[in-house]
Amino acid sequence: MKKTVFLGALTVAGLAAGASAAATLDDVKARGKLNCGVTTGLVGFAAPDANGVWEGFDVALCRAVAAAVLGDANAVEFVPTTGKTRFTALASGEIDLLARNTTWTFSRDTDLKFDFVGINYYDGQGFLVPKALGVSSAKELDGATVCIQTGTTTELNLADFFRANNISYEPVPIETNAEGQQQYLAGACDSYTTDASGLASTRAAFENPGDHVILPEIISKEPLGPLVRHGDNDWGDIVRWTLNALITAEELGVTSANVNELASAPGSNPEINRLLGTEGNLGEMISLDSDWAKRAIASVGNYGEVFEKNIGEKTPIGLSRGLNAQWTDGGLLYSPPFR
Amino acid sequence: MTTISDPPKASFQLSMLIYDTRFRSYTFQFIALILLMLLIGYLGANLMKNLSDQGQNISFRFLQDPSGYDINQRPIEYDSQSTHLRASIVGVLNTLIVAFLGCLTATVFGVVAGVLRLSPNWLVRKLMAVYVEAFRNVPVLIWILIIFTVMTAVMPAPNAFRGENATSSMLFDAVAFTNRGVYVPSPVWGSGSMVVVLTFLASIIGMFYYRRYATKLLYDTGKLLPMGWPSLVILFVPSILMYFVMGQPISLDYPELRGFNFQGGLHIRGSLIALWFALAIYTGAFIAENVRAGIQAVSKGQTEAAASLGLRPNRIMNLVILPQALRVIIPPLISQYLNLTKNSSLAIAVGYMDVTGTLGGITLNQTGRAIECVLLLMLFYLTISLSISAVMNVYNNSIKLKER
Amino acid sequence: MSRDNLAFVRSHMLPEAPPPVAETGAVKWLRENLFSSVGNTLLTLVSAYVVVRILFGVAPWFFNGIWDSPSLSACREMLDGRTGACFAVLTERWNQLLFGFKYPPDLYWRPTLAFVLLFVAAAPVLFMKYLPRQMLIFTGLYPFIAFWLIWGGSIMVPIFALLGVLLGAFVYWRTLTISAGVAVLAGIVAALVFWWASRLVTAPLGDVLALQPVVSRDLGGFMVNMLLGVVCVSLSLPFGIMLALGRQSRMPIIKWICVVFIEFIRGVPLITLLFVANVVLAYFLPPGTTFDLILRVIIMITMFSSAYIAEVIRGGLAALPRGQYEAADSLGLDYAQSMQLIILPQALKISIPGIVNVAVGLFKDTTLVSIISMFDIVGMIRGPILASTEWNGVYWELFGFACLLFFIVCYGISQYSQWLERELRTDHR
Repeated sequence: MKKTVFLGALTVAGLAAGASAAATLDDVKARGKLNCGVTTGLVGFAAPDANGVWEGFDVALCRAVAAAVLGDANAVEFVPTTGKTRFTALASGEIDLLARNTTWTFSRDTDLKFDFVGINYYDGQGFLVPKALGVSSAKELDGATVCIQTGTTTELNLADFFRANNISYEPVPIETNAEGQQQYLAGACDSYTTDASGLASTRAAFENPGDHVILPEIISKEPLGPLVRHGDNDWGDIVRWTLNALITAEELGVTSANVNELASAPGSNPEINRLLGTEGNLGEMISLDSDWAKRAIASVGNYGEVFEKNIGEKTPIGLSRGLNAQWTDGGLLYSPPFR
Repeated sequence: MTTISDPPKASFQLSMLIYDTRFRSYTFQFIALILLMLLIGYLGANLMKNLSDQGQNISFRFLQDPSGYDINQRPIEYDSQSTHLRASIVGVLNTLIVAFLGCLTATVFGVVAGVLRLSPNWLVRKLMAVYVEAFRNVPVLIWILIIFTVMTAVMPAPNAFRGENATSSMLFDAVAFTNRGVYVPSPVWGSGSMVVVLTFLASIIGMFYYRRYATKLLYDTGKLLPMGWPSLVILFVPSILMYFVMGQPISLDYPELRGFNFQGGLHIRGSLIALWFALAIYTGAFIAENVRAGIQAVSKGQTEAAASLGLRPNRIMNLVILPQALRVIIPPLISQYLNLTKNSSLAIAVGYMDVTGTLGGITLNQTGRAIECVLLLMLFYLTISLSISAVMNVYNNSIKLKER
Repeated sequence: MSRDNLAFVRSHMLPEAPPPVAETGAVKWLRENLFSSVGNTLLTLVSAYVVVRILFGVAPWFFNGIWDSPSLSACREMLDGRTGACFAVLTERWNQLLFGFKYPPDLYWRPTLAFVLLFVAAAPVLFMKYLPRQMLIFTGLYPFIAFWLIWGGSIMVPIFALLGVLLGAFVYWRTLTISAGVAVLAGIVAALVFWWASRLVTAPLGDVLALQPVVSRDLGGFMVNMLLGVVCVSLSLPFGIMLALGRQSRMPIIKWICVVFIEFIRGVPLITLLFVANVVLAYFLPPGTTFDLILRVIIMITMFSSAYIAEVIRGGLAALPRGQYEAADSLGLDYAQSMQLIILPQALKISIPGIVNVAVGLFKDTTLVSIISMFDIVGMIRGPILASTEWNGVYWELFGFACLLFFIVCYGISQYSQWLERELRTDHR
């Protein structure tokens, strides 16, 4: 079998090398597929369903970008990444976009040379404990065993939190969310800590979700957002404004149901017109056609729809909008204007 | 060839570089060197290009930064404010701990199983064959995961030890098996304990001297001094006396259920146990085969000759067979130790914080310095391997000299 | 006393007495093998106790097993408090365990066929004496067929790959008269040039006899372990031979390159090499180049096993009597001829047990890819299956199944190697 592999390596290397000089947008168009990095499986955010089709909140963003750029929301190759591999995968160009509930931090943005293009979920780190433990505050966890996913900011926050409160704990490092879930359910750790959204998602997969509570303390700010490589600003703009388009669409009341109707002719609201390309030439400015935002919204819905469908209160995950409500509803979502 | 009728011309032709065996090897080496340098240059240039594209550089300065994360098993002082370098050292020590424990236990398993595989007892022989084949033919990673699962999913949670009608209880009120590991009493070294320890060390030396004296006496005069009980007396009596003389300075710290977990005593974590036993049992199966091969390599005539001298079976084993078998056993044994040490890097699968877990795991993830971390990691293992190989070479040479 | 009374002449033979009960049949066997001494009796009793305990523990668990249930809780309900296994997880997730969760279900026949053909291809190599030589042609074609079956795509890719190999081999034979080193180099260069050029032809012929393509990322389950094992072992044999010969070479530079390579690879754990494949290798490739994780892993594992196989073969080369080398020289054979005709056949024969050990070890080590987030069988068990709501908490059935698969393959291979050793023994002991 020796030569075939060589051949494979050569063809792949050759093909990739041919296109490497061009910008990410051209790469994606040439390939006809968007390579999108997601988690290895976190229900509600990104997980393959029984048929192997990826679904979730982060997945929807990948699909929206694919719809805007390629006109097909299914033209996405999902690359599962772990805490360890995600940044290498992005830096090496294996993926064009990382949408893996990654926290926007100073050093990741600067030292690791990535560009966070926005925030699609305002999160914070919380603790999940069994009700039977009788704990009502994270500060009562003195001496507890805590399961923690390695290679994440949560690990550092955890150390800071316990040090600041001068209480001790025993960290049990685990590699993936699946393992953390097993260890926690087996009782090998008293508490499992990660982003509150991740905890809700994990708890939703339990047999008896009601036996477990998420403690009220949120010990950190975890703004999660998609990121791209540093230096390709055109591509960064496309991802940033696709995200903003979804947020703006919700603010303006554009949904997947009415987007086709609104886009068929210029309406009364000029911002909707600009967003959907019936007025102005915003699409052209980011090297796309005028229908780009319409396609993104039509394929996955606006931000609110994505949220409700994947992680909202009606889903097993059951997250409320909270900080992630529109600014008009008292939340933090505030998209810059389309103008 | 035609060398006689056609003496080699003095003039040098380019084709001689390939066709003349005298020059050919130089040509090849030259080409190989050029190719190697081209390859290195190519990879290096790519590396530089990639790094500069991403605005990164190769620098080991991150080792001096605070690590920011906690490690559960700390042989030396460490907290989240310590440097990445210190975290790596903690990892190295943890690797050495599990490798040492693993090698020790694997040797015991291996020697017992290897000797029993040659036992006259049919049932024992078959059982050991099953052990060896079952463990050799299944990946060690699966064994690690299985034992880890036993540790976490089968053992009771600390909560089960609590309350009036606890479902679990501690062994001898001293050892607790929980799904977070095993808690055993740990010694507390009071003032004066140093004297006891020194006495014990001196007793060990004394015992060796006694045994040497007894052997010498046996060879010189044929007088047989008892070996067994005097050794034990020399080993323990002075230490025990000294222990009471100094006012019992060494006491035991018993684990006790306080708060969420057992406190006090020595906490042997489930991940360490899983890794330790899986590596020991797995490597033990290989060592058993080495031991068996070593014993079988000693010819039957040796056993018969020894028996004809009137030696008893266990003396034949100790005095005739084993010394000869050891020569065959030890070189592969050492390479099994090496394998075990390298396999201990699978710690990452169960979250044991060895050097692969700290330097190659969390530090790599938190700093994003993949090249530097993997490089240091490889250097560490390479150093261990090469030094063990060096020891092995010295040993091999030393036993070679005795051969006639 | 008269002498007559002393005389004794047997007038008839006594009937042959049966040997004492203790010295025959089962009793004798038992006495000799199980109860020959006090210590032995104790050992027997202890081991018998252990065996009985294990059997009584496992038997109800095994025989009460439930083979058909949608989830763990349903299975527990069916068991109704009895001890029993939930083998239903195996039947329900069978395809995931074998093929991963992303391989298109309607294409399962392709890897299955490739697996069956593997036996056909391996048979003439394994049982060289008993099968016609012509079958080796199929063995040579197999890698290309298997590649086509598993990855799909146009048949032109494997065909041109094959042509490249043939061209390389042709060039090798033609240049062999100059020197072995030149021939190897020339062969490789010719094949590379051919493949590079053939891209121009294969690109437009992309849909000739095309099977539905499957990307490497979608491979998973035990298939990945088999694939990595087979590919890497067969790839590392030629590399291993070259490295071993290089290490024996009289040319110092070539020798040292090989020594450094071998010792470096043997000195580090496989997992660090997999880290390299996973997070570092990308830095050493031209900017923007990406290729499959599985391909990177194949490269790293092949390097790993080449080094080990090289050491085994070096042992074989060293074990050959000096006279064999000298005899080859005295016949006037050049380096390539003496190696191919005299030295390597014997050295490889001696090395077979060692090579098989390396191969078995390597096959077991393919499970390590689960640590770098590939979904081989261990990765499937630890990830998607144990994390699913239905099967959270089923450990023994899954791990037992994985153990069984590996045991069958590894034990089979090691039994084969023992058989082969007996078969190849040419001395008359």
